[in-house]
Amino acid sequence: MQRYIAQRLVQAVVTIFLMSIIVFLMGRMTGDPATLLMSQYSTEDDRIEITKRLGLDKPLPEQYLIFITDALHGDFGRSVKGDRRPALEIVLERLPASLKLAAVSLVIGLLFGLALGITSAIKRGSALDTAARVFALFGQSIPVFLLGIVLMYVFAVLLHWLPTSGYGGFKYYILPAITMSWFTVAAITRLARTSMLDVLNCEYIKLARIKGLSESVVILKHALRNSLIPVITFMGTFFVIMITGAVVIETVFSWPGIGRLAVETVMDRNFPILQTIVLFMTTLYIFANLFVDILYAYVDPRIRYDK
Amino acid sequence: MIIKRAQLKKIKAPIIVAGIIGLFFIVTAIFAPLIAPHEPLKGSLSERLIPPVWQKGGDPSHILGTDILGRDVLSRLIYGTRTTLAVCVLAIFISGTIGSLLGMISGYFGGWTDIIIMRAVDMVLSIPVILLALLFAIVFGPSFLNIIVVISLILWSQYARMARGETLKIKELDYVNLARTAGCSHARIMARHILPNIASPLVILATLQVGTVIILESSLSFLGVGIPPTTPDWGNMVAEGRSYIVSAWWLCMVPGAAILLTVLSFNLVGDFLTDYINPELRRE
Repeated sequence: MQRYIAQRLVQAVVTIFLMSIIVFLMGRMTGDPATLLMSQYSTEDDRIEITKRLGLDKPLPEQYLIFITDALHGDFGRSVKGDRRPALEIVLERLPASLKLAAVSLVIGLLFGLALGITSAIKRGSALDTAARVFALFGQSIPVFLLGIVLMYVFAVLLHWLPTSGYGGFKYYILPAITMSWFTVAAITRLARTSMLDVLNCEYIKLARIKGLSESVVILKHALRNSLIPVITFMGTFFVIMITGAVVIETVFSWPGIGRLAVETVMDRNFPILQTIVLFMTTLYIFANLFVDILYAYVDPRIRYDK
Repeated sequence: MIIKRAQLKKIKAPIIVAGIIGLFFIVTAIFAPLIAPHEPLKGSLSERLIPPVWQKGGDPSHILGTDILGRDVLSRLIYGTRTTLAVCVLAIFISGTIGSLLGMISGYFGGWTDIIIMRAVDMVLSIPVILLALLFAIVFGPSFLNIIVVISLILWSQYARMARGETLKIKELDYVNLARTAGCSHARIMARHILPNIASPLVILATLQVGTVIILESSLSFLGVGIPPTTPDWGNMVAEGRSYIVSAWWLCMVPGAAILLTVLSFNLVGDFLTDYINPELRRE
Protein backbone atom coordinates (compact mmCIF):
# COMPACT_ATOMS: atom_id res chain seq x y z
CA MET A 1 0.00 0.00 0.00
CA GLN A 2 2.75 2.47 0.91
CA ARG A 3 4.61 1.57 -2.23
CA TYR A 4 1.47 2.16 -4.26
CA ILE A 5 0.98 5.58 -2.70
CA ALA A 6 4.61 6.53 -3.32
CA GLN A 7 4.39 5.39 -6.95
CA ARG A 8 1.21 7.37 -7.56
CA LEU A 9 2.69 10.42 -5.86
CA VAL A 10 5.73 10.37 -8.16
CA GLN A 11 3.44 10.00 -11.17
CA ALA A 12 1.32 12.95 -10.04
CA VAL A 13 4.36 15.18 -9.57
CA VAL A 14 5.76 14.22 -13.00
CA THR A 15 2.41 15.04 -14.66
CA ILE A 16 2.24 18.43 -12.97
CA PHE A 17 5.87 19.09 -13.92
CA LEU A 18 5.17 18.32 -17.60
CA MET A 19 2.03 20.45 -17.53
CA SER A 20 4.06 23.35 -16.14
CA ILE A 21 6.53 22.97 -19.02
CA ILE A 22 3.66 23.07 -21.53
CA VAL A 23 2.23 26.18 -19.87
CA PHE A 24 5.67 27.83 -19.75
CA LEU A 25 6.41 27.16 -23.42
CA MET A 26 2.95 28.34 -24.47
CA GLY A 27 3.53 31.50 -22.47
CA ARG A 28 6.73 32.18 -24.40
CA MET A 29 4.83 31.58 -27.65
CA THR A 30 2.32 34.34 -26.92
CA GLY A 31 5.06 36.84 -27.61
CA ASP A 32 7.89 38.64 -25.85
CA PRO A 33 6.84 39.10 -22.19
CA ALA A 34 8.92 42.28 -22.10
CA THR A 35 6.74 43.89 -24.78
CA LEU A 36 3.65 43.12 -22.71
CA LEU A 37 5.11 44.94 -19.73
CA MET A 38 6.05 48.09 -21.63
CA SER A 39 3.80 51.08 -21.90
CA GLN A 40 3.60 53.33 -24.95
CA TYR A 41 6.18 55.67 -23.40
CA SER A 42 8.80 52.97 -22.83
CA THR A 43 12.10 53.23 -24.68
CA GLU A 44 14.35 50.58 -26.13
CA ASP A 45 16.52 50.92 -23.00
CA ASP A 46 13.50 50.03 -20.86
CA ARG A 47 13.01 46.91 -22.91
CA ILE A 48 16.61 45.82 -22.34
CA GLU A 49 16.18 46.62 -18.66
CA ILE A 50 13.00 44.53 -18.35
CA THR A 51 14.51 41.70 -20.39
CA LYS A 52 17.47 41.59 -18.00
CA ARG A 53 15.34 41.83 -14.88
CA LEU A 54 13.05 38.98 -15.96
CA GLY A 55 16.00 36.87 -17.09
CA LEU A 56 14.69 36.73 -20.66
CA ASP A 57 18.24 36.93 -22.05
CA LYS A 58 19.10 33.60 -20.45
CA PRO A 59 18.66 30.18 -22.15
CA LEU A 60 15.17 28.63 -22.00
CA PRO A 61 15.87 25.96 -19.34
CA GLU A 62 17.18 28.64 -17.00
CA GLN A 63 14.13 30.78 -17.73
CA TYR A 64 11.92 27.82 -16.87
CA LEU A 65 13.77 27.44 -13.57
CA ILE A 66 13.03 31.07 -12.70
CA PHE A 67 9.39 30.58 -13.75
CA ILE A 68 8.87 27.48 -11.62
CA THR A 69 10.69 28.89 -8.58
CA ASP A 70 8.50 31.98 -8.69
CA ALA A 71 5.40 29.82 -9.12
CA LEU A 72 6.31 27.69 -6.10
CA HIS A 73 6.59 30.90 -4.11
CA GLY A 74 3.11 31.90 -5.20
CA ASP A 75 4.24 34.40 -7.84
CA PHE A 76 2.47 33.64 -11.11
CA GLY A 77 3.06 37.00 -12.69
CA ARG A 78 0.75 39.95 -12.91
CA SER A 79 -2.39 40.70 -14.88
CA VAL A 80 -1.56 42.47 -18.15
CA LYS A 81 -4.80 44.46 -17.93
CA GLY A 82 -6.08 47.18 -15.62
CA ASP A 83 -4.31 47.71 -12.33
CA ARG A 84 -1.73 44.93 -12.92
CA ARG A 85 -2.54 43.06 -9.71
CA PRO A 86 -0.83 39.74 -8.95
CA ALA A 87 -2.46 36.91 -10.93
CA LEU A 88 -2.83 34.65 -7.91
CA GLU A 89 -4.74 37.32 -5.99
CA ILE A 90 -7.25 37.72 -8.83
CA VAL A 91 -7.74 33.97 -9.13
CA LEU A 92 -8.17 33.38 -5.38
CA GLU A 93 -10.76 36.14 -5.26
CA ARG A 94 -12.93 34.17 -7.68
CA LEU A 95 -12.42 30.83 -5.97
CA PRO A 96 -15.21 30.95 -3.31
CA ALA A 97 -18.00 31.38 -5.88
CA SER A 98 -16.78 28.34 -7.82
CA LEU A 99 -16.34 26.22 -4.70
CA LYS A 100 -19.80 27.07 -3.39
CA LEU A 101 -21.43 26.08 -6.67
CA ALA A 102 -19.41 22.85 -6.88
CA ALA A 103 -20.27 21.89 -3.29
CA VAL A 104 -24.00 22.44 -3.78
CA SER A 105 -23.93 20.40 -7.01
CA LEU A 106 -22.00 17.59 -5.36
CA VAL A 107 -24.57 17.31 -2.59
CA ILE A 108 -27.45 17.33 -5.09
CA GLY A 109 -25.66 14.79 -7.27
CA LEU A 110 -24.95 12.35 -4.46
CA LEU A 111 -28.39 12.65 -2.83
CA PHE A 112 -30.48 12.26 -5.96
CA GLY A 113 -28.11 9.86 -7.70
CA LEU A 114 -27.97 7.43 -4.79
CA ALA A 115 -31.70 7.65 -4.08
CA LEU A 116 -32.63 7.07 -7.72
CA GLY A 117 -30.06 4.32 -8.27
CA ILE A 118 -30.94 2.35 -5.17
CA THR A 119 -34.70 2.58 -5.60
CA SER A 120 -34.47 1.55 -9.23
CA ALA A 121 -32.31 -1.44 -8.25
CA ILE A 122 -34.78 -2.56 -5.57
CA LYS A 123 -37.82 -1.95 -7.78
CA ARG A 124 -36.26 -3.41 -10.89
CA GLY A 125 -38.30 -3.16 -14.09
CA SER A 126 -40.70 -0.61 -12.64
CA ALA A 127 -41.65 2.65 -14.32
CA LEU A 128 -39.11 4.46 -12.14
CA ASP A 129 -36.38 2.09 -13.29
CA THR A 130 -37.17 2.78 -16.96
CA ALA A 131 -37.36 6.51 -16.31
CA ALA A 132 -33.94 6.43 -14.61
CA ARG A 133 -32.43 4.68 -17.63
CA VAL A 134 -33.91 7.11 -20.16
CA PHE A 135 -32.64 9.95 -17.97
CA ALA A 136 -29.15 8.42 -18.00
CA LEU A 137 -29.19 8.26 -21.83
CA PHE A 138 -30.17 11.92 -22.09
CA GLY A 139 -27.57 12.86 -19.50
CA GLN A 140 -25.01 11.42 -21.87
CA SER A 141 -26.22 13.13 -25.03
CA ILE A 142 -26.92 16.71 -24.03
CA PRO A 143 -24.03 19.18 -23.90
CA VAL A 144 -23.85 20.98 -20.55
CA PHE A 145 -24.13 24.46 -22.04
CA LEU A 146 -27.29 23.49 -23.89
CA LEU A 147 -28.88 21.98 -20.79
CA GLY A 148 -28.17 25.19 -18.90
CA ILE A 149 -29.78 27.30 -21.62
CA VAL A 150 -32.85 25.05 -21.89
CA LEU A 151 -33.38 25.14 -18.10
CA MET A 152 -32.88 28.91 -18.14
CA TYR A 153 -35.45 29.28 -20.91
CA VAL A 154 -38.07 27.11 -19.23
CA PHE A 155 -37.75 28.20 -15.59
CA ALA A 156 -36.59 31.79 -15.95
CA VAL A 157 -37.96 33.05 -19.26
CA LEU A 158 -41.22 31.11 -19.63
CA LEU A 159 -42.23 30.46 -16.03
CA HIS A 160 -40.50 33.42 -14.33
CA TRP A 161 -39.80 31.26 -11.28
CA LEU A 162 -36.08 31.90 -11.09
CA PRO A 163 -33.60 34.58 -12.17
CA THR A 164 -31.98 33.97 -15.59
CA SER A 165 -28.42 34.50 -14.41
CA GLY A 166 -26.20 36.23 -11.91
CA TYR A 167 -24.79 35.68 -8.45
CA GLY A 168 -26.67 36.07 -5.21
CA GLY A 169 -28.92 34.24 -2.77
CA PHE A 170 -30.40 30.77 -2.81
CA LYS A 171 -32.56 31.38 -5.90
CA TYR A 172 -29.49 32.06 -8.01
CA TYR A 173 -27.93 28.71 -7.12
CA ILE A 174 -30.80 26.51 -8.28
CA LEU A 175 -30.38 26.52 -12.06
CA PRO A 176 -26.54 26.40 -12.25
CA ALA A 177 -26.40 23.72 -9.54
CA ILE A 178 -29.00 21.54 -11.27
CA THR A 179 -27.14 21.93 -14.57
CA MET A 180 -23.84 20.97 -12.98
CA SER A 181 -25.25 18.00 -11.08
CA TRP A 182 -27.31 16.66 -14.01
CA PHE A 183 -24.56 14.49 -15.38
CA THR A 184 -23.44 13.49 -11.89
CA VAL A 185 -26.95 12.35 -11.02
CA ALA A 186 -27.18 10.36 -14.27
CA ALA A 187 -23.82 8.68 -13.72
CA ILE A 188 -24.29 7.92 -10.01
CA THR A 189 -27.77 6.54 -10.67
CA ARG A 190 -26.34 4.09 -13.18
CA LEU A 191 -23.40 3.12 -10.98
CA ALA A 192 -25.44 2.73 -7.81
CA ARG A 193 -28.06 0.68 -9.64
CA THR A 194 -25.57 -1.82 -11.10
CA SER A 195 -23.56 -2.21 -7.94
CA MET A 196 -26.68 -2.55 -5.79
CA LEU A 197 -27.96 -5.29 -8.11
CA ASP A 198 -24.61 -7.08 -7.84
CA VAL A 199 -24.56 -6.88 -4.07
CA LEU A 200 -28.18 -8.04 -3.73
CA ASN A 201 -27.20 -11.28 -5.47
CA CYS A 202 -24.44 -12.07 -2.96
CA GLU A 203 -24.57 -14.98 -0.53
CA TYR A 204 -24.38 -12.83 2.59
CA ILE A 205 -27.50 -10.96 1.57
CA LYS A 206 -29.32 -14.25 1.13
CA LEU A 207 -28.05 -15.30 4.57
CA ALA A 208 -29.27 -12.05 6.10
CA ARG A 209 -32.68 -12.70 4.60
CA ILE A 210 -32.72 -16.32 5.78
CA LYS A 211 -31.91 -15.10 9.28
CA GLY A 212 -35.22 -13.26 9.07
CA LEU A 213 -33.96 -9.70 9.11
CA SER A 214 -36.40 -7.10 7.91
CA GLU A 215 -36.03 -5.88 4.33
CA SER A 216 -35.01 -2.40 5.39
CA VAL A 217 -32.19 -3.72 7.62
CA VAL A 218 -30.97 -5.98 4.80
CA ILE A 219 -30.87 -3.11 2.34
CA LEU A 220 -29.68 -0.25 4.51
CA LYS A 221 -27.24 -2.13 6.73
CA HIS A 222 -25.89 -4.98 4.64
CA ALA A 223 -26.29 -4.05 1.00
CA LEU A 224 -25.92 -0.27 0.91
CA ARG A 225 -22.44 -0.11 2.45
CA ASN A 226 -20.88 -2.47 -0.03
CA SER A 227 -22.69 -1.05 -3.01
CA LEU A 228 -21.23 2.39 -2.26
CA ILE A 229 -17.66 1.36 -3.02
CA PRO A 230 -17.84 1.71 -6.84
CA VAL A 231 -19.47 5.11 -6.37
CA ILE A 232 -16.22 6.35 -4.81
CA THR A 233 -14.36 5.81 -8.09
CA PHE A 234 -16.83 8.11 -9.72
CA MET A 235 -15.63 10.96 -7.56
CA GLY A 236 -12.54 11.14 -9.79
CA THR A 237 -14.80 11.81 -12.77
CA PHE A 238 -16.70 14.36 -10.73
CA PHE A 239 -13.65 16.62 -10.56
CA VAL A 240 -13.47 16.73 -14.37
CA ILE A 241 -17.15 17.62 -14.49
CA MET A 242 -16.52 20.26 -11.87
CA ILE A 243 -13.72 21.92 -13.86
CA THR A 244 -15.44 21.67 -17.25
CA GLY A 245 -18.72 22.61 -15.58
CA ALA A 246 -17.13 25.58 -13.89
CA VAL A 247 -15.94 26.94 -17.23
CA VAL A 248 -19.12 26.26 -19.23
CA ILE A 249 -21.86 26.73 -16.61
CA GLU A 250 -20.35 29.86 -15.11
CA THR A 251 -20.27 31.33 -18.63
CA VAL A 252 -23.90 30.41 -19.30
CA PHE A 253 -25.21 31.79 -16.00
CA SER A 254 -22.75 34.71 -15.64
CA TRP A 255 -21.45 33.21 -12.39
CA PRO A 256 -18.39 35.09 -11.08
CA GLY A 257 -16.14 32.07 -10.52
CA ILE A 258 -12.77 30.82 -11.77
CA GLY A 259 -14.26 29.19 -14.86
CA ARG A 260 -15.77 32.38 -16.20
CA LEU A 261 -12.55 34.19 -15.36
CA ALA A 262 -10.69 31.66 -17.53
CA VAL A 263 -12.93 32.38 -20.53
CA GLU A 264 -12.62 36.13 -19.95
CA THR A 265 -8.82 35.88 -19.98
CA VAL A 266 -8.96 34.26 -23.42
CA MET A 267 -11.04 37.19 -24.71
CA ASP A 268 -8.62 39.70 -23.10
CA ARG A 269 -5.50 37.67 -24.01
CA ASN A 270 -4.50 37.91 -20.35
CA PHE A 271 -2.06 35.01 -20.28
CA PRO A 272 -0.67 35.29 -16.72
CA ILE A 273 -4.15 34.80 -15.25
CA LEU A 274 -4.94 31.82 -17.48
CA GLN A 275 -1.62 30.18 -16.69
CA THR A 276 -2.38 30.50 -12.98
CA ILE A 277 -5.83 28.96 -13.43
CA VAL A 278 -4.53 26.09 -15.56
CA LEU A 279 -1.71 25.21 -13.15
CA PHE A 280 -3.98 25.61 -10.14
CA MET A 281 -6.80 23.47 -11.54
CA THR A 282 -4.53 20.77 -12.97
CA THR A 283 -2.75 20.39 -9.62
CA LEU A 284 -6.03 20.31 -7.75
CA TYR A 285 -7.46 17.78 -10.17
CA ILE A 286 -4.45 15.45 -10.13
CA PHE A 287 -4.21 15.43 -6.35
CA ALA A 288 -7.96 14.95 -5.96
CA ASN A 289 -7.73 11.91 -8.22
CA LEU A 290 -4.77 10.59 -6.29
CA PHE A 291 -6.73 10.96 -3.08
CA VAL A 292 -9.74 9.13 -4.53
CA ASP A 293 -7.59 6.23 -5.75
CA ILE A 294 -5.91 5.84 -2.38
CA LEU A 295 -9.25 6.10 -0.59
CA TYR A 296 -10.62 3.41 -2.87
CA ALA A 297 -7.74 1.05 -2.09
CA TYR A 298 -8.19 1.78 1.60
CA VAL A 299 -11.96 1.31 1.74
CA ASP A 300 -11.98 -1.92 -0.24
CA PRO A 301 -9.32 -4.26 1.16
CA ARG A 302 -9.91 -6.67 -1.72
CA ILE A 303 -8.01 -4.27 -3.94
CA ARG A 304 -4.28 -4.68 -3.58
CA TYR A 305 -2.33 -2.44 -5.85
CA ASP A 306 1.16 -3.48 -4.71
CA LYS A 307 2.32 -6.65 -6.32
CA MET B 1 -18.56 -6.17 -40.09
CA ILE B 2 -21.39 -8.22 -41.51
CA ILE B 3 -24.81 -7.95 -39.93
CA LYS B 4 -26.74 -11.19 -40.30
CA ARG B 5 -30.36 -11.20 -41.42
CA ALA B 6 -31.59 -12.58 -38.09
CA GLN B 7 -29.90 -9.68 -36.36
CA LEU B 8 -31.40 -7.18 -38.78
CA LYS B 9 -34.86 -8.25 -37.65
CA LYS B 10 -34.02 -7.25 -34.08
CA ILE B 11 -33.35 -3.64 -35.03
CA LYS B 12 -35.88 -1.52 -33.23
CA ALA B 13 -37.68 1.53 -34.54
CA PRO B 14 -35.66 4.10 -32.53
CA ILE B 15 -32.42 2.80 -34.08
CA ILE B 16 -33.89 3.11 -37.58
CA VAL B 17 -35.04 6.66 -36.88
CA ALA B 18 -31.62 7.47 -35.41
CA GLY B 19 -29.88 6.01 -38.45
CA ILE B 20 -32.06 8.06 -40.81
CA ILE B 21 -31.32 11.24 -38.85
CA GLY B 22 -27.59 10.46 -38.95
CA LEU B 23 -27.71 9.85 -42.71
CA PHE B 24 -29.80 12.98 -43.22
CA PHE B 25 -27.16 14.96 -41.31
CA ILE B 26 -24.35 13.72 -43.58
CA VAL B 27 -26.33 14.27 -46.81
CA THR B 28 -27.24 17.80 -45.67
CA ALA B 29 -23.60 18.59 -45.00
CA ILE B 30 -22.50 17.40 -48.44
CA PHE B 31 -25.25 19.15 -50.42
CA ALA B 32 -25.58 22.24 -48.21
CA PRO B 33 -25.35 24.83 -51.03
CA LEU B 34 -28.13 23.05 -52.99
CA ILE B 35 -30.47 22.72 -50.00
CA ALA B 36 -30.04 26.04 -48.20
CA PRO B 37 -32.72 28.57 -49.24
CA HIS B 38 -30.54 31.63 -48.48
CA GLU B 39 -26.92 32.70 -48.15
CA PRO B 40 -25.77 31.75 -44.61
CA LEU B 41 -23.58 34.82 -44.20
CA LYS B 42 -25.68 37.47 -45.91
CA GLY B 43 -28.39 39.16 -43.90
CA SER B 44 -30.61 42.10 -44.54
CA LEU B 45 -31.16 44.54 -41.70
CA SER B 46 -34.78 45.07 -42.75
CA GLU B 47 -35.47 41.40 -41.97
CA ARG B 48 -34.01 41.23 -38.47
CA LEU B 49 -35.36 38.84 -35.81
CA ILE B 50 -38.27 37.39 -37.80
CA PRO B 51 -39.78 34.53 -35.73
CA PRO B 52 -40.25 31.01 -37.17
CA VAL B 53 -43.07 30.59 -39.66
CA TRP B 54 -45.60 29.07 -37.19
CA GLN B 55 -45.44 32.06 -34.88
CA LYS B 56 -47.21 35.38 -35.31
CA GLY B 57 -45.17 37.58 -37.63
CA GLY B 58 -43.43 34.63 -39.29
CA ASP B 59 -42.34 34.83 -42.90
CA PRO B 60 -42.74 31.73 -45.16
CA SER B 61 -39.43 32.45 -46.88
CA HIS B 62 -37.63 32.13 -43.51
CA ILE B 63 -39.04 28.89 -42.09
CA LEU B 64 -36.99 28.96 -38.90
CA GLY B 65 -36.82 32.76 -38.67
CA THR B 66 -33.86 35.13 -38.88
CA ASP B 67 -31.19 36.26 -36.43
CA ILE B 68 -30.09 39.65 -35.13
CA LEU B 69 -28.36 40.49 -38.44
CA GLY B 70 -31.28 39.27 -40.54
CA ARG B 71 -29.56 36.05 -41.60
CA ASP B 72 -31.73 33.00 -42.29
CA VAL B 73 -31.52 30.56 -39.33
CA LEU B 74 -32.36 27.48 -41.43
CA SER B 75 -29.59 28.23 -43.93
CA ARG B 76 -27.08 28.79 -41.15
CA LEU B 77 -28.20 25.54 -39.57
CA ILE B 78 -27.69 23.70 -42.86
CA TYR B 79 -24.24 25.17 -43.39
CA GLY B 80 -23.43 24.42 -39.76
CA THR B 81 -23.65 20.68 -40.49
CA ARG B 82 -20.60 21.16 -42.74
CA THR B 83 -18.47 22.58 -39.94
CA THR B 84 -19.55 19.87 -37.51
CA LEU B 85 -19.05 17.04 -39.99
CA ALA B 86 -15.63 18.34 -41.05
CA VAL B 87 -14.48 18.56 -37.42
CA CYS B 88 -15.79 15.05 -36.70
CA VAL B 89 -14.19 13.44 -39.74
CA LEU B 90 -10.81 15.15 -39.37
CA ALA B 91 -10.49 14.85 -35.58
CA ILE B 92 -11.56 11.21 -35.50
CA PHE B 93 -9.40 10.32 -38.51
CA ILE B 94 -6.27 11.99 -37.10
CA SER B 95 -6.64 10.78 -33.52
CA GLY B 96 -7.74 7.33 -34.70
CA THR B 97 -4.74 6.88 -37.00
CA ILE B 98 -2.14 8.17 -34.56
CA GLY B 99 -3.70 6.48 -31.54
CA SER B 100 -4.16 3.09 -33.20
CA LEU B 101 -0.63 3.14 -34.59
CA LEU B 102 0.96 4.05 -31.25
CA GLY B 103 -1.21 1.54 -29.39
CA MET B 104 -0.30 -1.24 -31.82
CA ILE B 105 3.40 -0.43 -31.56
CA SER B 106 3.09 -0.30 -27.79
CA GLY B 107 1.42 -3.69 -27.57
CA TYR B 108 3.59 -5.33 -30.22
CA PHE B 109 7.04 -4.34 -28.95
CA GLY B 110 6.31 -4.15 -25.22
CA GLY B 111 9.17 -3.17 -22.90
CA TRP B 112 10.25 0.48 -22.70
CA THR B 113 8.30 1.51 -25.79
CA ASP B 114 5.17 0.25 -24.10
CA ILE B 115 5.93 1.97 -20.80
CA ILE B 116 6.62 5.35 -22.40
CA ILE B 117 3.56 5.32 -24.66
CA MET B 118 1.24 4.16 -21.90
CA ARG B 119 2.56 6.77 -19.46
CA ALA B 120 1.82 9.40 -22.10
CA VAL B 121 -1.70 8.01 -22.38
CA ASP B 122 -2.19 8.23 -18.60
CA MET B 123 -0.95 11.78 -18.65
CA VAL B 124 -3.25 12.89 -21.43
CA LEU B 125 -6.18 11.33 -19.60
CA SER B 126 -5.34 13.36 -16.49
CA ILE B 127 -5.44 16.76 -18.21
CA PRO B 128 -8.88 18.38 -18.34
CA VAL B 129 -9.70 18.98 -22.04
CA ILE B 130 -11.26 22.35 -21.45
CA LEU B 131 -8.10 23.86 -19.92
CA LEU B 132 -5.98 22.68 -22.83
CA ALA B 133 -8.49 24.17 -25.26
CA LEU B 134 -8.40 27.53 -23.45
CA LEU B 135 -4.58 27.53 -23.51
CA PHE B 136 -4.53 26.83 -27.25
CA ALA B 137 -7.15 29.48 -27.89
CA ILE B 138 -5.27 32.20 -26.01
CA VAL B 139 -1.96 31.42 -27.71
CA PHE B 140 -3.06 30.73 -31.29
CA GLY B 141 -6.49 32.37 -31.35
CA PRO B 142 -9.68 30.41 -32.02
CA SER B 143 -9.56 28.62 -35.37
CA PHE B 144 -10.74 25.53 -37.19
CA LEU B 145 -7.25 24.01 -37.12
CA ASN B 146 -6.97 24.70 -33.40
CA ILE B 147 -10.09 22.79 -32.52
CA ILE B 148 -8.98 19.77 -34.58
CA VAL B 149 -5.59 19.76 -32.84
CA VAL B 150 -7.08 20.05 -29.34
CA ILE B 151 -9.67 17.31 -29.88
CA SER B 152 -7.10 15.00 -31.53
CA LEU B 153 -4.59 15.57 -28.73
CA ILE B 154 -7.13 14.28 -26.25
CA LEU B 155 -8.88 11.50 -28.18
CA TRP B 156 -5.84 9.55 -29.51
CA SER B 157 -5.27 8.10 -26.05
CA GLN B 158 -8.47 6.06 -26.16
CA TYR B 159 -7.55 4.47 -29.50
CA ALA B 160 -4.05 3.76 -28.19
CA ARG B 161 -5.44 1.94 -25.16
CA MET B 162 -7.81 -0.17 -27.20
CA ALA B 163 -5.32 -0.95 -30.00
CA ARG B 164 -2.73 -2.01 -27.41
CA GLY B 165 -5.16 -4.34 -25.65
CA GLU B 166 -6.29 -5.94 -28.91
CA THR B 167 -2.72 -6.33 -30.16
CA LEU B 168 -1.70 -8.08 -26.93
CA LYS B 169 -4.49 -10.60 -27.51
CA ILE B 170 -3.43 -11.32 -31.09
CA LYS B 171 0.35 -11.16 -31.08
CA GLU B 172 0.85 -14.56 -29.45
CA LEU B 173 -1.47 -16.36 -31.90
CA ASP B 174 -0.01 -19.00 -34.20
CA TYR B 175 -0.36 -17.11 -37.45
CA VAL B 176 1.61 -14.17 -36.10
CA ASN B 177 4.37 -16.45 -34.83
CA LEU B 178 4.35 -18.24 -38.19
CA ALA B 179 4.72 -14.95 -40.04
CA ARG B 180 7.68 -14.11 -37.83
CA THR B 181 9.27 -17.49 -38.51
CA ALA B 182 8.73 -16.96 -42.22
CA GLY B 183 10.93 -13.89 -41.91
CA CYS B 184 8.39 -11.09 -42.21
CA SER B 185 9.54 -7.70 -40.97
CA HIS B 186 7.90 -6.14 -37.92
CA ALA B 187 6.27 -3.51 -40.11
CA ARG B 188 4.82 -6.16 -42.40
CA ILE B 189 3.49 -8.26 -39.54
CA MET B 190 1.79 -5.23 -38.03
CA ALA B 191 0.32 -4.02 -41.31
CA ARG B 192 -0.77 -7.34 -42.79
CA HIS B 193 -1.41 -9.64 -39.85
CA ILE B 194 -2.32 -7.52 -36.84
CA LEU B 195 -4.02 -4.38 -38.13
CA PRO B 196 -6.83 -6.11 -40.07
CA ASN B 197 -7.65 -8.15 -36.98
CA ILE B 198 -7.85 -5.24 -34.56
CA ALA B 199 -9.63 -2.89 -36.98
CA SER B 200 -13.27 -3.62 -36.19
CA PRO B 201 -13.28 -2.62 -32.48
CA LEU B 202 -11.38 0.54 -33.46
CA VAL B 203 -13.97 1.41 -36.10
CA ILE B 204 -16.71 0.94 -33.51
CA LEU B 205 -14.88 3.21 -31.10
CA ALA B 206 -14.78 5.81 -33.88
CA THR B 207 -18.57 5.69 -34.34
CA LEU B 208 -19.07 5.94 -30.59
CA GLN B 209 -16.92 9.05 -30.56
CA VAL B 210 -18.91 11.02 -33.12
CA GLY B 211 -21.29 12.16 -30.37
CA THR B 212 -18.42 13.07 -28.06
CA VAL B 213 -16.71 15.13 -30.76
CA ILE B 214 -19.93 17.02 -31.61
CA ILE B 215 -20.43 17.86 -27.91
CA LEU B 216 -16.80 18.98 -27.52
CA GLU B 217 -16.81 21.06 -30.69
CA SER B 218 -20.10 22.82 -29.96
CA SER B 219 -19.11 23.47 -26.33
CA LEU B 220 -15.78 25.02 -27.31
CA SER B 221 -17.41 27.11 -30.03
CA PHE B 222 -20.08 28.19 -27.55
CA LEU B 223 -17.34 29.47 -25.24
CA GLY B 224 -15.80 31.39 -28.13
CA VAL B 225 -12.62 29.33 -28.16
CA GLY B 226 -13.52 27.01 -31.03
CA ILE B 227 -14.75 27.82 -34.53
CA PRO B 228 -14.32 31.58 -35.27
CA PRO B 229 -17.62 33.48 -34.85
CA THR B 230 -18.11 34.33 -38.55
CA THR B 231 -18.36 30.68 -39.64
CA PRO B 232 -21.86 29.19 -39.43
CA ASP B 233 -21.63 26.68 -36.58
CA TRP B 234 -24.22 25.28 -34.15
CA GLY B 235 -22.22 26.10 -31.02
CA ASN B 236 -21.64 29.65 -32.26
CA MET B 237 -25.34 30.05 -33.06
CA VAL B 238 -26.31 29.06 -29.51
CA ALA B 239 -23.73 31.47 -28.11
CA GLU B 240 -25.05 34.35 -30.23
CA GLY B 241 -28.63 33.50 -29.32
CA ARG B 242 -27.89 33.32 -25.59
CA SER B 243 -28.15 37.11 -25.21
CA TYR B 244 -31.56 37.22 -26.91
CA ILE B 245 -33.09 34.29 -25.04
CA VAL B 246 -35.86 36.47 -23.60
CA SER B 247 -36.95 38.11 -26.87
CA ALA B 248 -35.97 35.56 -29.54
CA TRP B 249 -36.05 31.99 -28.22
CA TRP B 250 -35.48 30.36 -31.61
CA LEU B 251 -31.96 31.73 -31.93
CA CYS B 252 -30.54 29.29 -29.38
CA MET B 253 -33.28 26.65 -29.17
CA VAL B 254 -33.23 25.73 -32.89
CA PRO B 255 -29.47 25.00 -33.16
CA GLY B 256 -29.64 23.49 -29.66
CA ALA B 257 -32.29 21.01 -30.75
CA ALA B 258 -30.16 20.17 -33.80
CA ILE B 259 -27.15 19.39 -31.58
CA LEU B 260 -29.18 17.25 -29.19
CA LEU B 261 -30.91 15.30 -31.97
CA THR B 262 -27.69 14.61 -33.86
CA VAL B 263 -25.71 13.54 -30.79
CA LEU B 264 -28.55 11.34 -29.56
CA SER B 265 -28.83 9.67 -32.99
CA PHE B 266 -25.13 8.96 -33.32
CA ASN B 267 -24.99 7.64 -29.73
CA LEU B 268 -27.89 5.28 -30.38
CA VAL B 269 -26.39 4.01 -33.63
CA GLY B 270 -22.98 3.62 -31.97
CA ASP B 271 -24.45 1.66 -29.06
CA PHE B 272 -26.35 -0.53 -31.49
CA LEU B 273 -23.24 -1.32 -33.55
CA THR B 274 -21.32 -2.12 -30.36
CA ASP B 275 -24.00 -4.50 -29.16
CA TYR B 276 -24.35 -6.38 -32.41
CA ILE B 277 -20.83 -6.49 -33.73
CA ASN B 278 -18.72 -6.59 -30.63
CA PRO B 279 -20.69 -7.07 -27.40
CA GLU B 280 -17.45 -7.15 -25.38
CA LEU B 281 -17.03 -3.42 -25.89
CA ARG B 282 -20.43 -2.54 -24.57
CA ARG B 283 -20.45 0.84 -22.93
CA GLU B 284 -21.48 0.74 -19.28
